Amino acid sequence: MVTTTVDPNPEPAAVDERLSSSSLVNRLVVRPEIGALIGALVVFVFFSIVADKFLTMSGVATWLDDSATLGIMAVAVALLMIGGEFDLSAGVMTASTALVTAIFATQVGLNVWLALLLSLIFALAVGGLNGFLVVRTGLPSFIVTLGTFLALQGLNLGVTRLITGSVQVTGMRAADGYESAGFVFASTFPIGDTPFQISIVWWIGFTAVAAWLLLRTKFGNWIFAVGGAAPAARAVGVPVARTKILLFMGTALAGWLVGSINILRFTTVQANQGIGLEFQFIIAAVIGGCLLTGGYGSAIGAAIGALIFGMARQGIVFADWNSDWFMLFLGIMLLGAVLVNNTFRRRAERVRR
Amino acid sequence: MTDTVTDTGTGTETRTPLIEVDGIGKNYGSVIALRDVSTVVNAGEVTCVLGDNGAGKSTLIKVFAGVHQHDAGRFLVNGKPVRLSSPREALDYGIATVYQDLAVVPLMSVWRNFFLGSEPTLGGGPLQRLDRRKAKETAREALADMGIDLRDVEQPVGTLSGGERQCVAIARAVHFGAKVLILDEPTAALGVKQSGVVLRYVAQARDRGLGVVLITHNPHHAYPVGNRFLVLKRGRSLGSTEKADISLDELTRQMAGGAELEALQHELREVTTS
Repeated sequence: MVTTTVDPNPEPAAVDERLSSSSLVNRLVVRPEIGALIGALVVFVFFSIVADKFLTMSGVATWLDDSATLGIMAVAVALLMIGGEFDLSAGVMTASTALVTAIFATQVGLNVWLALLLSLIFALAVGGLNGFLVVRTGLPSFIVTLGTFLALQGLNLGVTRLITGSVQVTGMRAADGYESAGFVFASTFPIGDTPFQISIVWWIGFTAVAAWLLLRTKFGNWIFAVGGAAPAARAVGVPVARTKILLFMGTALAGWLVGSINILRFTTVQANQGIGLEFQFIIAAVIGGCLLTGGYGSAIGAAIGALIFGMARQGIVFADWNSDWFMLFLGIMLLGAVLVNNTFRRRAERVRR
Repeated sequence: MTDTVTDTGTGTETRTPLIEVDGIGKNYGSVIALRDVSTVVNAGEVTCVLGDNGAGKSTLIKVFAGVHQHDAGRFLVNGKPVRLSSPREALDYGIATVYQDLAVVPLMSVWRNFFLGSEPTLGGGPLQRLDRRKAKETAREALADMGIDLRDVEQPVGTLSGGERQCVAIARAVHFGAKVLILDEPTAALGVKQSGVVLRYVAQARDRGLGVVLITHNPHHAYPVGNRFLVLKRGRSLGSTEKADISLDELTRQMAGGAELEALQHELREVTTS
């Protein structure tokens, strides 16, 4: 994956004077996730020093868990952003899917697995609709998904109140299939004596698949292309509309995964959950090296962006600081990341005529 | 209409042109963008489409490229009438288009751009993946074949010069077996030297037996490489002429046309004598 491998067939004239600018530093700097990696190291070292609990096993389990569900979403959102689009409905989607699962399992009485399947279909349908509307109308996805965001938010509250008479759904524990589904989505595994959430495994797995998809497959090539220059991609036969719709379905899928993890872990879901998270996903993706304008970014970077998020949020708690400071920290991180990204993009996009 | 195209002037053979358009027209709503245009594109020849801004050059190539569909006339590929519904379909017929601005994706590496839309893969099903090694090697070789010496196929295309980017796009089309190569103003944004480089690759593509359609508003770029010149003005054809039947001066005169000619010639004379 790293591009610094030595060319197997040595060039006869390896000392090309034009190669001088392509030093190791330059090549590393071109990797979108380098900024985030350095940032993560700084944050890690900082909180390791200021907060004693940060480096304990239970501390690590806590901030990894916080990073995990955010990270799953950030990675999916990153792919979508590389494809040149936003999904503001991604945050509320984590609540919608949890509600659909919970309502089918507790109110209709279906098996949890069947309820999960139905909410997956629901999520993919909403994601597909988002994508379809964006590619069909040509409107900015920012507006289209703002619409679905508000609509889902209304549906979450309205339907939940209609069915349960309150704004939450409870009682998952009693539903059929809760044990097995809970084992898959919400169990813990011990490292030493400390339980770690299974969501961490999902996060790592999801990131690995996304990174592979992005860098090693045809589809990944298309993602970069539709975000970088959609007309150029279309002209060489890339199915631009299909690629974008699939990316929207990807964030919906991630929303379903996170929603499922949440509902099975907490067994209760509030109808107003998830609101405001969509910007956290975008922030993590940007810290991870994604350009807001599309065509550039990294799945691993977004996962690291989420890790920074989780470490800082929990680190501030461990350090016994007021959590108000978290937002200040976040703002500075985001500005720093955008400045760094901008420099990189100029470097990559620099046009010589 | 004097531009009957059945006789190519050389009269040596009766081969089927790769592309033949006969009285083709295109409207956008009530706007007539193109009317009654006829020409041919033969293998191993360059057909130049000339005209000022708004003359209908872009419309014509968009019909060729499958982006738009013609409303009138006949469009034949290999002698068969067709109606291309998408760029993909045009590509399937071997018609590849290199657009001036959107030939490549700047932030993507040279090899990813080279294989975009036609990626070589390994394995199948959900495990199907890019054959990166093959892609990089093939891209490097194909570019070298066209005489394009690139430092590193991993570098983003955006770091290349404008001329180099055009050349990558041309090499890509040639590599993927294009029979017809359509170049939309490849030299428009380039300096003199870079334009020369691009025109050299146009000639190379031609010598490899491709039919080339070169769109330009610069007769000085068209004349040295062209075999046939189609001059458009306000959506109409001023004639499709063989090189033997037209001089550079005449071509320039046609492009400028009528009343504007005197002014232009005057201007040119001032420029050359000053």
